[in-house]
Amino acid sequence: MHVFPYLVAAYVFLTGCHGLATSRNLIHAVGCLAVCQSSTYILLLAVGYRDGGTAPVFSDIRPGSRPLVDPVVQALTLTDIVVGATVTALLLALVLQIAKRHGTVDPDELRELRG
Amino acid sequence: MRHLLPLLVAVPLLGAALLVALGRLLPRAAAEITGCAVSAATAALALVLLLDSSPPLVEWVGNWRPVDGRSVGIVLTGDGPALGTAALASLLTCAALAYSWRYFEEPPRGHAGAFPALLLVFQGAMCGFVIAGDLFDLFVFFELMSVVAYVLTGYRIDDAKAVQGAFTFGVVNSCGAYAMLLGIGLLYARTGELGMAMIGRGLDERAPDGGPDALVLAGFVLVLTGLLVKAAAVPFHFWLPDAHAVAPTPVCMLLSGVMVELGVYGVWRVYGTVFSGPGGIPAPDLTRVLVTLGVLTAAVGAVMCWYQRHIKRLLAYSTVAHTGLFLIGLGVLTPEGDDGVALYILGHAGVKAALFACTGALLDRYGSVDEHELHGRAGAMRGFAVMFAVGGLALAGLPPFGTGLGKAVTEEAVGGPLTVVYVIASAITGGAVLRVAARVFLGLGPRPEDAAEETGGSDEQPETGGILSRVPDSMTAVPAVLLAGALAVGVAPGFGDLVARSVNEAGSGGAHAFAHWTAHGVLLDLLATALAAGLAALAVTRPHRVAAPDWALPLRRVQSGHIGDYVAWLLIGTTTLAALALPAVVGG
Repeated sequence: MHVFPYLVAAYVFLTGCHGLATSRNLIHAVGCLAVCQSSTYILLLAVGYRDGGTAPVFSDIRPGSRPLVDPVVQALTLTDIVVGATVTALLLALVLQIAKRHGTVDPDELRELRG
Repeated sequence: MRHLLPLLVAVPLLGAALLVALGRLLPRAAAEITGCAVSAATAALALVLLLDSSPPLVEWVGNWRPVDGRSVGIVLTGDGPALGTAALASLLTCAALAYSWRYFEEPPRGHAGAFPALLLVFQGAMCGFVIAGDLFDLFVFFELMSVVAYVLTGYRIDDAKAVQGAFTFGVVNSCGAYAMLLGIGLLYARTGELGMAMIGRGLDERAPDGGPDALVLAGFVLVLTGLLVKAAAVPFHFWLPDAHAVAPTPVCMLLSGVMVELGVYGVWRVYGTVFSGPGGIPAPDLTRVLVTLGVLTAAVGAVMCWYQRHIKRLLAYSTVAHTGLFLIGLGVLTPEGDDGVALYILGHAGVKAALFACTGALLDRYGSVDEHELHGRAGAMRGFAVMFAVGGLALAGLPPFGTGLGKAVTEEAVGGPLTVVYVIASAITGGAVLRVAARVFLGLGPRPEDAAEETGGSDEQPETGGILSRVPDSMTAVPAVLLAGALAVGVAPGFGDLVARSVNEAGSGGAHAFAHWTAHGVLLDLLATALAAGLAALAVTRPHRVAAPDWALPLRRVQSGHIGDYVAWLLIGTTTLAALALPAVVGG
C-alpha cells in the first residue's frame, strides 16, 4: 500500500513524457507538460499523508488534539502549483506566437533549427 | 554580515519592481542607468560579503532557526563559491546591461524599463540559486531563473525562430525541473528535511546497513537530471543551441557565460552537501557518472561546434563542449579539480560573453551571423577582428588567460588519458572560432560550400532599429573589458590561490591545493593553442580536408529540431544516469 502512490506518481510522469514525445500539437504538448507536473503534486502529497490525519488548519481544533498531515509538503505543493501556472501561461503565450509566425502548431513542421 | 545575504536576491528584485512600476514614466537612459546601478550595487554587495565569507555565512531567513535539529525555515549559505558565483553573475548582468545600452531598438515602445527589469529578475534568481541552502529553495530559484530565461530568449516575439527556440527551451527545462522536484520529494520522504546539510545527515543516519538504497539512488538520479538539463550535458543539451542561437545577444552573454555553469555548480553543491556521506552515493560511482557524461558532452559539443556555420550556434556548442570539461573536472573529486573548474568557469564566462558580444556587433552591422555569407565582408571592423581572434585563442587556452590557467590546473588534477580530452576539445572549439575570424574578418580562403541539414544564419533580424553604419562605443568597450577580465583571472598574482582557498574551504574541508601556472600546464596550453591555430589554418586553406565526414552526419541529424525527440532523449539520459550509478546500490 505504501508503494502505490509512488508508482502512480511515476506512471503519471511517464505518461506526460510519452505525450510530449509523441505530440502532434503544441497546445497538447503544453497540456502533457502539466500532466508531468501533476505527478509531483501526487508524490508530495503522498509523502505527507498520515493515516487519520486532518488538514493542518487550527481554526476549530486544539493544537495537539488530532494527528495532522505534513503541512510542509502542502506548502511545497502550493508553491509548485504557482510555478506551474506561470510556466503553462508563458508556454501557451509562446504557442500563440508560434502559431502566428509559423502558421502551424504541429512540431513536425517546426524543424528549421536543426543540425 | 550574514543578515545581508537575502539582499543579494532582494536588491535586484526590488530594482526590477521599481523599473516595472516607473518604466512608463522614465526616459530610456534613466531606466538603463537604474538597471546598471542596481546590478552593480548587487555585485558590490556580493564582493563585500565574499571578503567576509570565512567562515561561511549561514542565515535563517525570518529567524526561523532549527529546533532540536529539525528545521522548517529557509536557510541561505554564503560561502566562497556561492558568493563568488553570485558576484560573477552580477558583474556579467551589469556588462550585459551596459552592452544593451545602445543595442536594442527601444523595447517595447513606452516601456523603457521592461528589458532591464527582466535582466534584474534573472540576476536575482541566479544569486538566489547559488546561495540557497535548502533543496526546495534551490528548485524555486531554478524555476524562477528558467522562466525569466524563457521570456528573455523569446524576447523578440516577432521573430519566428526566437519563439520556437524559447518554446523548446521552456518544455525541456520544465521537464527537467519537475524531475528534480520528484527527487526532492523522495529525499524529503526519507529524511523529513529540506536543508541540504540536514538531508545529508539524515541519509547517513537512516542508511540501511550503511549504504544507499533504491530510494536514495532514485532521488540522486532525479535531482541530477534537473541540474544536468540546466548544465546542458549530453544527452540533455538539445535545447541549448536552439535557445542560444535565437536569444538577443545580451541574453546570450548571460545564458552561456553563467546560467549553464550554474547547473554544474548545482551538481557540485548538491553532491558535496547531500550525497557525499556514507548514506549517499559512493565517490567511485559519482566519478563514473560525471566523467562518462563529461567525456561524451565534450566530444559531442566539440564535433558539433566545428561543423556549425551559424556563429551563435557555434558558440553555443562550444559552451556544451566546455560544460563537459567542467563535469570531468568535478567528477574526479579532488580539491585541485574543483579549483581548476572554478578558475576555468571564471575565465570562460569572460571569453564567451565577449565572443557573443562581438557576434552581436556583426549581426547589427551586416544583418547576418552566417559564416558563409559574411565571408570577407567584415574587413572594416578591425577592433572586433582582433577581439574575436583573441577570444578564440583564449578559448583554446592560450596562456596567460584565465581559461588557460583553469584548464592547466584541471588537467593536472584529472591526469592521464583524460588530459587528451581537454587538449582536443579546447583546440577544436578554439579552432572553430579562429576559423570564423579568419574567414569573416580577413576573407581568407575560398567561400565554403553549403551542406545539407544545417541551420544557416543569413536571415537573422538585426536587433537594433536598423543596420548600423557604425558600432557604438559601448558595444566595443564591453567585450574588451570582458576579455581583460578573463586575462586578469590568469595573470593577477595570487588570484588563483585565492580562488582555490575559498573553494577548498567550502568543499573539501580544509585540504588546500595551490592553483598556479606550472611548466607542464603552460606547455599543454600552448599545444592546444597551436592545434587550434593549425585546425583553423587547415579549414581555411583546404576546406574539403575538414568537411563533415559521413560519421558526423547522424550526430547532426539527432539535433532534429523536434521537441518530442528532445524529451525522449531526456528520458534516455535519466535512464543512463541511473544505470551508471546503479553499482552504488547493487554492489552495496
